[in-house]
Amino acid sequence: MLRYLLNKIALVIPTLIGITICAFAFVRLLPGDPILAMAGEHGVAPARYEQLKEQFGYNLPIWQQYARYVGEVATGDFGVSISSKRPVMEEFKTLFPATMELSFFAMIFAMVLGIPAGIVAAVKRGSWFDQSLMGTALVGYSMPIFWWGLLLIIFFSGYLGWTPVSGRIGLQFFFKPITGFMTIDTLIYGKWDAFRSALSHLVLPAIVLGTIPLAVIARQTRSAMLEVLGEDYVRTARAKGLSSARVIGVHALRNALIPVVTTIGLQVGTLLAGAILTETIFAWPGIGKWMVDSIFKRDYVVVQSGLLLIALIVMAVNLIVDVLYAVINPRIRAA
Amino acid sequence: MMSQSTELTPLAASPDRMLGFRTFWHYFSVNRGAVIGLFVFILLVLAAVLAPVLAPYAPDVQDKTAFLRPPAWQAGGSAQYLLGTDAVGRDMLSRLLYGARFSLLIGAVVVTLSLFGGITLGLLAGYFRGWVDVAIMRVMDLILAFPSLLLALVLVTILGPGLFNAMLAISLVLQPHFARLVRAAVMAEKSREYVVAAKVAGAGHLRLMLRTILPNCLAPLIVQGTLSFSNAILEAAALGFLGLGAQPPTPEWGTMLASAREFILRAWWVVTFPGLAILITVLAINLVGDGLRDALDPKLRRS
Repeated sequence: MLRYLLNKIALVIPTLIGITICAFAFVRLLPGDPILAMAGEHGVAPARYEQLKEQFGYNLPIWQQYARYVGEVATGDFGVSISSKRPVMEEFKTLFPATMELSFFAMIFAMVLGIPAGIVAAVKRGSWFDQSLMGTALVGYSMPIFWWGLLLIIFFSGYLGWTPVSGRIGLQFFFKPITGFMTIDTLIYGKWDAFRSALSHLVLPAIVLGTIPLAVIARQTRSAMLEVLGEDYVRTARAKGLSSARVIGVHALRNALIPVVTTIGLQVGTLLAGAILTETIFAWPGIGKWMVDSIFKRDYVVVQSGLLLIALIVMAVNLIVDVLYAVINPRIRAA
Repeated sequence: MMSQSTELTPLAASPDRMLGFRTFWHYFSVNRGAVIGLFVFILLVLAAVLAPVLAPYAPDVQDKTAFLRPPAWQAGGSAQYLLGTDAVGRDMLSRLLYGARFSLLIGAVVVTLSLFGGITLGLLAGYFRGWVDVAIMRVMDLILAFPSLLLALVLVTILGPGLFNAMLAISLVLQPHFARLVRAAVMAEKSREYVVAAKVAGAGHLRLMLRTILPNCLAPLIVQGTLSFSNAILEAAALGFLGLGAQPPTPEWGTMLASAREFILRAWWVVTFPGLAILITVLAINLVGDGLRDALDPKLRRS
């Protein structure tokens, strides 16, 4: 197990280096002068220009610049946002919980619907339920989620007036974040109306962000179940006279969930890419919207750090999924 | 199952060039969804090609007397503008028809570029192995480490917004999937007898790679190509929606959605139709992709 773990970590190192090179190269690949690019639309005075060049180390050889950049990043220094003048890491810390909360609920939505639907479809293979579920899943998989979000807004916010159009919580509520999860913080403060407001803001974005993972999970659960239902141990369990619910719920499901768990873990990249669109549509103050806004504000320090941080998160989660996979599936460890 | 094998026997006996296609069509047409998808896709191609004939108006003609006119069947709409008009009085139907051109162009260009890049890199990596392989595949892993839309977004920031740059960025992002597939297929085929025989017969590296091995790796590439086609359309529309893809007044569906956003609570049709067009196109192509996978990959064939 330890060898497996070390092996996985060793494989991650080149990717880690590659990610830092990409983020480092990003600012230098921008058309024009990197300092002028980072200074934004207002430009800089010549004296300040030289000072900045010195400060950012642009007169050093390129490999020293890179070493310097890695050193800064490793110590948690991601620079200062050009537009807000706040440290990038500080902004990230306030915005990231919003994306986490949204992704978490999106994943809950996808799993709670997707796993049971996939199981039923597999058990009743070929039935109308199976066929319509797989059809729906393909529609979900093909969905342009930015449009899906707009449709839901038109129907639920515009036509029915059930949910707010954008944001995280009603403007009348203000309190100091504790966990950064609105749904938890409001409960800690014991404010029920604030909690309801937070929840009603969360519903639509979570559905939109969860749609593609839902389709993927339903399909994956179905095919994993189909594979397992044909195995000898399932037949043995049935032959022993166990109830059908027990055979499906215990013997088959436990094994079928192994690939499903992996799929769920690998959806993190999809979630973060989806968050870029979902957060933009719903004005959700998370890192996806932060990236898009920063691109338009030409705040390249933020874009660079956002790129690095998001890639690091995806990489870390994938590593954890790999390890978890080995923990729940002993067969993989030997390989 | 019996009926299928008896049907196929006479085909297998005749050394017909059409044989491959007929076997393929036999398996493909079993999948009803795939046939429907193919039919819709053909309609879309026709719509794109015949857009100047079919569209009642040019895509950028503005009618200053008809801003945000609803579709014909709704109160206030008229047969003059079947699907209504947008905020500056342009005919929605005409713009949607012209938009099909952009989406299909995006799909075709992106798949061509990423196929070309992926085949080249995958062949090199799988054929030569060693450090070439390590170097190429690490770079592919790196590209896959980023969420695709994020990477495309950042690349477009570097290259500058626009349809062509968006296509370049998406090709680069999708290309590792092809490289991985080709590499895996090449490694599986390389030690087969027919390759060894060709080598013994004196075939050079290039001939071995392109003429001997590559044609036998085509099936998974075609399936991946179809899926990438629909992915490319989705991602390009997303970039257009974010304002970094095709720029207005281009009637690209994602870009149309972006400019429709501010009217979502007032004029449902300017938002609904472009997105529906994207969904139908992507869905049709994915249906065809599923059918192709069933038909081309014997391992996944329904038994």
